[in-house]
Order: sequence, then C-alpha cells, then structure tokens
Amino acid sequence: MIPAAFEYYRPKDMAGVLSVLEEHGDDARVVAGGHSLIPMMKLRMAEVPHLIDLQDVAGLTGISIDAGRIRIGAMTTQHEIINHAGLTDAAPIMREASLQIADPQVRYMGTVGGNVANGDPGNDMPGLMQCLDATFILVGPDGERSVAARDFYEAAYMTDRADDEVLTAVEFAAPNAGYAYEKQKRKIGDYATAAAAVLITKEGGACASASIAMTNLSDTPVYSADAGAALVGSSLDDASMKAAVDAMLGDIDPTEDNRGPVEFKRHAASVILRRAIENAWDRA
Amino acid sequence: MNKELTREERTDALGGMGCKRKRVEDARFTQGKGNYVDDIQLPGMLQGDFVRSPYAHARVKSIDSSAAMALDGVIAVLTAEDLAPLGLHWMPTLAGDKQMVLADGKVLFQGQEVAFVVAKDRYIAADAVELVEVDYEELPVLTDPFAAMESDVVLREDLLGDGGSLPDGAHGPRKHPNHIFTWEVGEKDATEQVLDEADVVAEETVYYHRTHPCPLETCGCVASMDKVNGKLTLHGTFQAPHAIRTVVSLISGIEEHNIRVISPDIGGGFGNKVGAYPGYVCSVVASIVTGVPVKWVEDRMENLMTTAFARDYHMTGKISATKEGKITGLHCHVTADHGGFDACADPTKFPAGFMNICTGSYDIPTAYLAVDGVYTNKAPGGVSYRCSFRVTEAAYFIERMVEVLAIELSMDAAELRRINFIKKEQFPYQSALGWEYDSGDYHTAWDKALKAVDYDGLRAEQAQRVEEFKAGKTRKLMGVGLTHFTEIVGAGPVKNCDILGLGMFDSCEIRIHPTGSAIARLGTISQGQGHATTFAQILATEIGLPADSITIEEGDTDTAPYGLGTYGSRSTPVAGAATAMAGRKIRAKAQMIAAYLLEVHDDDVEFDVDRFVIKGAPEKFKTMKEIAFAAYNQAIPGIEPGLEAVSYYDPPNMTYPFGAYVCVMDIDVDTGVTDIRRFYALDDCGTRINPMIIEGQVHGGLTEALAVALGQEIAYDDMGNVKTGTLMDFFLPTAWEVPNYETDHTVTPSPHHPIGAKGVGESPHVGGVPCFSNAVNDAFRAFGLRHTNMPHDHWRIWKTANDLGLHG
Repeated sequence: MIPAAFEYYRPKDMAGVLSVLEEHGDDARVVAGGHSLIPMMKLRMAEVPHLIDLQDVAGLTGISIDAGRIRIGAMTTQHEIINHAGLTDAAPIMREASLQIADPQVRYMGTVGGNVANGDPGNDMPGLMQCLDATFILVGPDGERSVAARDFYEAAYMTDRADDEVLTAVEFAAPNAGYAYEKQKRKIGDYATAAAAVLITKEGGACASASIAMTNLSDTPVYSADAGAALVGSSLDDASMKAAVDAMLGDIDPTEDNRGPVEFKRHAASVILRRAIENAWDRA
Repeated sequence: MNKELTREERTDALGGMGCKRKRVEDARFTQGKGNYVDDIQLPGMLQGDFVRSPYAHARVKSIDSSAAMALDGVIAVLTAEDLAPLGLHWMPTLAGDKQMVLADGKVLFQGQEVAFVVAKDRYIAADAVELVEVDYEELPVLTDPFAAMESDVVLREDLLGDGGSLPDGAHGPRKHPNHIFTWEVGEKDATEQVLDEADVVAEETVYYHRTHPCPLETCGCVASMDKVNGKLTLHGTFQAPHAIRTVVSLISGIEEHNIRVISPDIGGGFGNKVGAYPGYVCSVVASIVTGVPVKWVEDRMENLMTTAFARDYHMTGKISATKEGKITGLHCHVTADHGGFDACADPTKFPAGFMNICTGSYDIPTAYLAVDGVYTNKAPGGVSYRCSFRVTEAAYFIERMVEVLAIELSMDAAELRRINFIKKEQFPYQSALGWEYDSGDYHTAWDKALKAVDYDGLRAEQAQRVEEFKAGKTRKLMGVGLTHFTEIVGAGPVKNCDILGLGMFDSCEIRIHPTGSAIARLGTISQGQGHATTFAQILATEIGLPADSITIEEGDTDTAPYGLGTYGSRSTPVAGAATAMAGRKIRAKAQMIAAYLLEVHDDDVEFDVDRFVIKGAPEKFKTMKEIAFAAYNQAIPGIEPGLEAVSYYDPPNMTYPFGAYVCVMDIDVDTGVTDIRRFYALDDCGTRINPMIIEGQVHGGLTEALAVALGQEIAYDDMGNVKTGTLMDFFLPTAWEVPNYETDHTVTPSPHHPIGAKGVGESPHVGGVPCFSNAVNDAFRAFGLRHTNMPHDHWRIWKTANDLGLHG
C-alpha cells in the first residue's frame, strides 16, 4: 500500500492544469476527491508519475439551477449534493443516490466529477447521469466541448475523455418525474451488486416516459432505452413490467465476482429494477 | 475528623469487583495518545518490506536482487541463502512443524515471504521490492484438502524420509505426504455401535469456512540489537511476549536475559498475534546484521493474505437419539485445512485444540472425534479467532447437529436442547470426550432466554409468515436462531497444557507503595480487553486499596513476571486468579502488621473491605493505607519490611462459560438480504468483574460473529489466488450492519477459581456464529432445508432459496 514516487502539482487555474496535461500526456492524471485513484496508486495498479490536484482550481465547485437546467461543478462533493436543498427540490434522485454512495467520510471527499470521469463501472453517478440524460462538459487545449453521458463510457476505465482533457461539470434538466435509485450492496462502502436509476412521468394514469439505467452490471453503466420504452403507454401492468425487466436483462452483461455468480446478479438486477420502477411510479 | 463512612460507602469507594468502572485506557485511546508498534521511532531506524510470491505453488529457481541493491537507500536484501548459515531460513511453529522464514527453493502459498528488503525508508523499501527479480517455475496447486489427500503432488518434500518414506509427524503417523496428523478422542467402536442401534440418526456435513481475525492494527515489530551490550530489544504486536522471548532465544541463540520483548499498545489481536511470523525473524536478523533498529509493519493485504487465518474445518457428523429425543451418541470427523505449514496455535498435546468440547452443553454418553490435518497451498495458521482453541468450530458443529437432529425428529429445537442439557446436579460433569465441566446451570439460562424473547410467540409468528409466503402475500421469511453453547477456556493446567514446552500458568506481581498505592504486573497483555481497568478491580477488592490507586502494567518482559499471554479467554481465568492469589498474600502479611499495630494476636483481627478490624470491636482498626505505611516505616519484629507479593497460578481445571442466545432474522428470499430484527444474548461467565466491560466484550464478540456468519471469509480461486485480500471484499462490519444487542446474564461461579470468574471475551463469538447461522437455516426449515453452509452472504442465501424452488 505504498505508491511509487510521483510529482505533485497544485495549479490555481485550468490553464495550469492543461499545461501539465499537455506536457506529460497519459503520464499525468488529475485527482479530485482521490477515492478511486489514490487507492489504485497505493496498490500500484495505477502508475501516475504526474498527479495534478484540482482542489485549488477556481470555478470547479458549486451547484446552480437556472430555468430548470442544473449544473454541478466537477469538484462538488457528494456531501454537498446531499445537503443542497435546491438540488433536492429540483432533482431529488441526486440526494437519494448520493446517500447510497459509500459512507459519510467518503462523501465528504468524493466528488461528482471524479465519480463520473474515472469510468469505474462500480461508481453510482455514471448510471445516474445516463438516467438523467446529463451532459458532461470537458475542457481541453482546443477549448470546451460537451458529451452526452449516454455516449461517454466505452469500457471499464475507458471513456470519451482525451488524455489532455478535464471534466469540469455535469449538466442536466431538472427531471420533474417520479424517481428512484435502488441499490443492493453487501455492506456500507461496497459497490452495487445491482443498482437501478429510474425516472418515470405519468399522464392520465399511463406512463408517458421512462428512463432506466443500471450500475455495476457491465463494464460500463447500462442505459436501457428498450427497458424504458417497454413501460411507455402502459399502466405498469405485469406484462409491461416483465417486458421492461427482460429488455434490461438483454442489455446488461454482469461478470462473476465475490458478490456472486452471473445468474444471481441477473436475478438481483431484475428484483432491484422492479422495485425501482414501482417506487418511481408511486412518486410520479 | 471526617464523618465515618458506612461499610457500603467504603466498598463503593474502592471501585472493586462488580462495579461499572470506566476504562482507564480510554483517555489515551480516544485522544490519539496510544503507543502502537508503528508509533515507535528509534534513531537510525531502517524499514523492512517483503518480496512475496504471486504464486500459490512454485519452485524458486533464482532470485536476482542486484537492481534493488543498486537503488539509493537500499541497505540489504535478505534471502533464504543469507539466513541458512544462521539456521534461520526455517523456524519452528507452535504446532511442532517448521515454516520457511524466506522461500527455501519453493513457495507453498500466495503471498509467501521470498526476500526481505531493508531500506532507509518505507517508500524506498517498497520500490526495491518491485526491483527484486524472482524466477518461478509454477507447480500444480492444491487448494482442496480432500484432493490434496489423493494427489501425487507432494507439497512438503522436506518432510519425506529416505526413498520417499513417510516419517511420523509431531503428532504421530501420517497417511499421505500431504497429511499432517490424525487426532482421535473418545470411543470409536462404542460410538459406532450406539449409532447402529439408535432409533434415529441424523447426518450432516458442515463446513466452517476459512476466515481471518483481521485486527484493526496489523502485525509488526521493531527489532533493535545493541551490539555494545549485546542486548536485543524487540517491540512487537505480541499476544504472548514472554513466549516470544523464549522462542527468540531458542532459535537465535541469544541468551534470554539479553532479550527484552515489549508489547506496547495493541490494536486488537483475536488470535492473529499469538504466533511468530517471518517478519519478526527477518527484522531481528536485519538488526543484528546492520546494527541499527529495523521496523517491519505489514499492510492490510499482507495481514489478510499471509498471517494466521482461522477455521477451515470440514466437519462430518452423525448424532443419534431415541425417538423421544434423548441423544445417545455423537460421531465427528474433521478434515482440517492447515495450509502450507502447520502453524496452528494450540497447546502442544492438542493438535486440533479443544475440538473435543464438541459434545457442547449436552449429556451425550458416547462420543468419538477424529481430526485429520492436511497441507494445502494456502496460508498457514489455524488460530483461535476470538475463541479458545477450536472452540468456535466445536460449538458450531454441535449446534448445527442438534438443529439437524430436531428436523430428523420433527421436534422443536428448543425442546430438544432442554431434554438433553447436562443437569445442574450433574456438575462437575465428565464428558464423553474427556473434559470435566466445572459448573453450569443450563436449564435456568435457557428458560430465562426463551421467556425473554417470547419464544412461543415467535414460533407462532413464524408459522403465520410461512403461510403468508405460501399464499404469495410476502417474499420475506423469518428465522429463529437458537444456540446454547459451552466454552472451555482458561488454558490451562500445566499437567496437560503447554506451548513449546512452556506450562500455561500465569502470574501477577504486586508492589504496594508506602503511601498506599500499588503497581501490579502480569504475564498477560491487553489488546483492548481493558486489563488495566479490571485487574485493578480484582485487586481493589482483594487488598482494600482503591482501584484508582493501582497501576496495572503488562507487556515488558524485563519487568513483568513470566506468563503465557492473552488469548483463549485465559487472562481472567489464569492471570486473574494469580492476581487474586497475590493479593491474598499481601493481605496475609497486612494482617500480621495490623495485629502488631493494634497490639493483638494475628487471629484476633479480620479483613473488612479496606481495613483490618479487631474481631468484635470494629471501631478499632487499621486501614490498608496505614498498614502500607507501617510496612515501610516501622520496624516490626519478625516481619521483613516492604509489602510485595508474587503468585504463579497453575489452574486446577479449565473454566466453562456458557450462554443462551436467540436471533430473530427476516430474510428477503429474492435478494438474499438479511435483516436482524432482534438478538438476545444471555451469558454466564461466573463472577462478573465489570458489567460494563462485559457488555462491551459481548457486543464486540457478537459483531465478529455476525461478520463470520454473514460474509467474512478468506476465499481462494483454483489457482490459489486470494480473492478477498482487501476490506472491499473481506467483510468487516460497521455500525451500519450491526443490530441492537440485548444482553442478559446468570451467574454460576467457577468452583475452583479464586474469585469464581470464568472469562467472557470470546463467549459471544463462540455462541454468536451458530446463532446467526441457525437463524438463516431455520428460516428455510419449513421448505425442507436441513443445512446450508456459511458464510450466509446474499448470493448464497439466494442460492439456497433458488435450490428449494422458492423463486417460482
């Protein structure tokens, strides 16, 4: 648990961050809360000769809500998300999901940017962002660009972010929908055995729209468009519920680990998704 | 003149036995002022780190440390070749086997120590570890003890005799090159006959999985050889510092008076810190070679993967009964997976510890136990994780077998236990497997427990839940876990208990200071048990000085009397007894001094709380404080000055704490998630020294029981890779996972212990594991389940439900 030697940088602005990234390419990494990267470095599973600490960079924190559009700076902690009354009003699923991430000590340090940018399939925020159809803001040498969360993840720890880019914020529309984040885990601090983020809107007793994403059931978060589509137009009868679950099962690809074999994970995913849908439907 | 205190007020003022004295240790621990091994900094100290094997079984063809040695700040890289001339490349284990200190031509488990890097700081040492190049040739891996007993692959060629013959091991004949010992207790033929003729026989195979004590503080040491005066000082995480001193002397050749072993504050042991590890030997050698202090502290992964594991017992049982439910016989066979070396920490004559307590709380007239120890490609160990030697295994076995018998008989499991308990009037009770249970009152404890939880009400609710489940109205089942356990702790009588030939007595030395305060030193060492609090309470009551005026000191072999340390709930039964006996020696001398001061005959004064009074004239007295002063300041004819005593206590018998536990659990059949609704724990540890500390011990032991029962394991894949090497996968419960515990007690004092105390630190673990497990198993009894193995984590519970067809 002793990391290899690394250079530590603590720039005051984004230009300083980008210049280090430009100079050292994939030998440099930014660190936000450090809850994914630092353990990997201590285990010597990640070698980062140049570590850039973002905490002094201005403009990366804070939550703003403007005309139904929510922007969360990358360095905003899960603790801040949980305790932001305006965000909880506008997007209560953010608080519900954040409260299921690790434990309070981790949430004081863990950030939304680190959680979504690292590409760890165990992280909860990526699936949540896909459910919310969020946009990620990236800054690089050529300026700013945005990427849909649903297009961002390529494989475990592999994302659309280039080595010389920094994820600076996430943005999404206030959902105004019934919501639920359901997570099964073995213990506090664990990644999900299965987790589901669900948003549902209702019109005249029928489902008008549904967005469903699953966590830690593949090497990326899984946004299941077909699962959501299976619910639209229904009043959540057994057939449409089963169709949604079957569609989700067609999209996930869990692997066996200490949480259990594939067969169990698929069963747990089904149960968790059903519960999330029922919960979101009740709140819609 | 102050108003004279009443007798009760004087008693309270002592803070003696039976009061909820606050822990005196807590001020420093809660303020970050503890002094653990890794806090120790000595001038010029170097840091050690291990190159460890990535393979579970491989030949080590060569080790090239040139690149590591070239790194600035690296002082030495030790290999077996360097240790061999000193005869230290292997070391004896507590179980009569030997273990490689550094890989001698091959490795036998993943994480095994291959080379020891010594560097100027911890970071350089870690970098150098990566630079040591080891050429391995992989060998076939054996992770299953049953397969190992059939395999042509020989794990321990070093134990083969000429021409591949099989010389006897430390515990007798061996059946196979991968076989370590067979240990038999009881009457085999008679038991088999009873089973053959019985009305009912229940059979089951119960696997108690491999787990690990995982103390918060990992193992480590600081070795410091002073080449000028020839004295070696060894600070370390040692549960038995004196035994470590003797072992170091025996294997290093340094005379014992030149070795000082110090156990500073220890952050939990739970058996993990009883044995000797390669890190200790390498640190000592490195300090001798370099002439400066060398520190070695393992990290969490090293602790979980390489230092002593616990359990890994495959237990096959047969239990017979009359059709009315009276148990007539018990047969148990264990295949014990010991890993690559037999490094179990057991008294020498007990290669499977006290597994022969497996008749439990029941009057079983005929029984037989056989244990076969087997080598595999896993880490060595087999320590008593929060229990006396293999007592959790025994308790789990019998408490599962009784449940299975209840199913076979279609009987209520509580009633089956009741009709088989050893009766109060049968104590002292001679068990079929050789123990003399000192005392017990099981029926009283059992009835109290069942009444406290409204047992009949729980069963009625459970039956209703089953109906609702079958009707599709709920997906949750309810389990009622029962356990009545009997421990055997306080090892032990020197006539049958020793470790490496050292009798398992313990000791206390007391010095009363002239002003009426005192210091007492013991051969034990607290790792969180609160000895500084409770041993002072024993003494306060015995010698009549306030507990707050008594310092308790342990862990420094230069000052403490010789003792065998703290594990197996032996501190109170053995050192606690020595403390009381030493206190009584103080009191006997104080009585003579008091009589002289009061100008009466010795027999005319009697002890009264904190003083000696003249019999029949209690207004004439001398307080212990006055007596202490006189002992140092007054010439008393025929009495030496001073007031000191030492006692070495060889217990006449073990003690037998017991308890009655009930767990009420709800289980989500679809996800396998468990919810502990209620946990009731009644403990009888004999005389209770500090009820608050007992409650804390019970909470801690139950929490470790919950961990083991519901998920904590050391798991290997088929290649011998450890799958649970971090706390992400190795379950260590937090406040979130822990339910509320209800504690209760009865008091059945030990008849042979000076104060009647029996020990309690491990009871809740011994009783808790089967209780949690029985709750899980019981939830599925109505659907035909007989037994499912621990750990009961989500997917295994889900699988149980799935196998029973409960997922439609």
